[in-house]
Amino acid sequence: MADPDLVQLLTPEGERAEHPDYAFAGDDDTIRSLYRDLVLTRRIDTEATALQRHGELGIWASLLGQEAAQIGSGRALRRQDHAFPTYREHGVAWTRGVDPLSLLSLFRGVDQGSWDPEATGFGLYTIVIGAQTLHATGYAMGLQRDGVVGTDDPDRDAAVIAYFGDGATSQGDVNEAFIWASVFNAPVVFFCQNNQWAISEPIDRQTRIPLYQRASGFGFPGVRVDGNDVLAVHAATQAALQRAREGSGPTLIEAFTYRMGAHTTTDDPTRYRLSADLEHWKLKDPVERVHAYLTRHVGAGEDFFSEIAEEADALAVRLREGTRAMADPSILSVFDQVYVEESAELAQQRDEHAAYLDSFEDATDGARR
Amino acid sequence: MTTTMTMAKALNAGLRAAMEADPKVLMMGEDVGKLGGVFRITDGLQKDFGEDRVIDTPLAESAILGTAVGLAMRGYRPVCEIQFDGFVYPAYDQIVSQVAKIHFRSRGRMPMPIVIRIPFGGGIGAVEHHSESPEAQFAHTAGLKVVACSHPTDAYWMIQQAIAADDPVVFLEPKRQYHGEKAEVDTEATPPPLFTSRTVREGSDLTLLAYGPTVRLCRDAALAASEEGRSLEVIDLRTLSPLDLEPVFASVRRTGHAVVVHEAARSLGMGSEIAARIQQECFYALEAPVLRVAGFDTPYPPSRIEEEYLPDLDRVLDAVDRSLAY
Repeated sequence: MADPDLVQLLTPEGERAEHPDYAFAGDDDTIRSLYRDLVLTRRIDTEATALQRHGELGIWASLLGQEAAQIGSGRALRRQDHAFPTYREHGVAWTRGVDPLSLLSLFRGVDQGSWDPEATGFGLYTIVIGAQTLHATGYAMGLQRDGVVGTDDPDRDAAVIAYFGDGATSQGDVNEAFIWASVFNAPVVFFCQNNQWAISEPIDRQTRIPLYQRASGFGFPGVRVDGNDVLAVHAATQAALQRAREGSGPTLIEAFTYRMGAHTTTDDPTRYRLSADLEHWKLKDPVERVHAYLTRHVGAGEDFFSEIAEEADALAVRLREGTRAMADPSILSVFDQVYVEESAELAQQRDEHAAYLDSFEDATDGARR
Repeated sequence: MTTTMTMAKALNAGLRAAMEADPKVLMMGEDVGKLGGVFRITDGLQKDFGEDRVIDTPLAESAILGTAVGLAMRGYRPVCEIQFDGFVYPAYDQIVSQVAKIHFRSRGRMPMPIVIRIPFGGGIGAVEHHSESPEAQFAHTAGLKVVACSHPTDAYWMIQQAIAADDPVVFLEPKRQYHGEKAEVDTEATPPPLFTSRTVREGSDLTLLAYGPTVRLCRDAALAASEEGRSLEVIDLRTLSPLDLEPVFASVRRTGHAVVVHEAARSLGMGSEIAARIQQECFYALEAPVLRVAGFDTPYPPSRIEEEYLPDLDRVLDAVDRSLAY
């Protein structure tokens, strides 16, 4: 029995489903390419977890189980749209053309985000929970002032999507973002991946009502989609983005999903949740259902799947080699870009430390810098 | 052109000039639109520049700064008004973890040209949270710049310079002086650079260091001391981060005595850093320890006793006596 409050267009068994309000806009080739993104994203995640276990990354925040929520929403964005991620949106990053190596360099501790947010339309990872929802709202207010909302020109009208999790909905910043987006009618889609867990705290510690229902209290629509259904996520996000671009204001999408892995590689979920839950959600896997659909209804054969598998293998090799080759930055680089206009005091601190490093007997040619 | 202005008028004129000079400059804050701000600093700006550029915001300080970040990413230069010093703390996370760090985090790709205007300091007989001096908390945060004006002429120029700066600037306005002393402001003059201190009175016996509301106090103290034959130099620091201390060091090398005066609590206040830097740079020139006249390490008191809490003429002169008698 389908949940009437849950938008689902592809069942866990891989069967297409109808919905009165939402339809998937692509064809079977689109679904093939979504499948490719799902598989490659999962491979990035698997590889990153392995690299962390091998000591190559300091930490990794796995997206396992959330691939459909991220690929479905990311692929609904247009080039001129802008995404504001948390620190787990590796799949969205993939859809925006961000090199996964630049995600890995962040988690390795080499930098704090090296991709170009304007060029990719993908903001830097934000670690303070919920803070980016306000940035997204402000950016959306900027779009309004730039006259790129509601012009009826599909190449011009733009929108913003703000990613956050179920835990973040308890943050003041997220609630403030809802209020601001509402009263200013800002072109922003609030995309909540409800993966049921905020580290060890279950969803019932964050809310007593379904999260999507909160939107009505703020004065804009909310919708819950099957977050493991890439077609439903794509359709709902596309509709919400279009609504925003047209100048009709914000939407809250609750992508109902499950964090299949740990919060991060430092976490141990066996201390707080039952393995039976995990087994239950494995039956709703976001990748397997697309595989089943393509096999059963589209006639995708071994060639198609093995080609993607080979591509994933090659990607994994590139990520392994690229990560191991990453050089540590120089300590003196910490002084760079603190300010646009550097102060004499900071320049002096840099010079003092450089002189200190150079004062060692083995520091010929700045070897310690 | 020279016009007589209060500090409030000077700030208003400075904001207006900045909005005229750059269409990307926005005003944001609670009551800054129709009302013109509770202190009337943004008076008339919404009428002339429209609601898209002078934004009456919902009552949420974190969102004022958080959306300013997004607007700055989109190329705008938001000027955020925090209604009172004690109300900045809901925005503290956005200021410290986002505004201050995004340029660094983004490897210089995303400058944050945001000005955070904060009426600060006491002396207006207000209830709790309306009289605080949080400057050290921001000066301690890498990525922010912090300045304080003390005079209508500086207010007029410094606010424009802060808005034109590409780094985030916490702009502190001594609210007690908004509608006080007037000055002739030459709007065609060439102002000194923003991040510089300035000697406002020359002297040879002792160096008084002040910013914001205590500059006026120190000028008065120097005048009173001169009647007793003492020559006090007064330096308005103007910029608290970065500090511009070369003129201070030059002064202290001549006078051998320094007293720092601020309303903020004494421990780990600006005076602590300034004293440390003076002893480092002027060790052999000092004839007495650097003294601090400051608020106490307590919460700001109920207003009936605030004038006893705040540094006043007698406490400054007492510190001068102690330093010179050392």
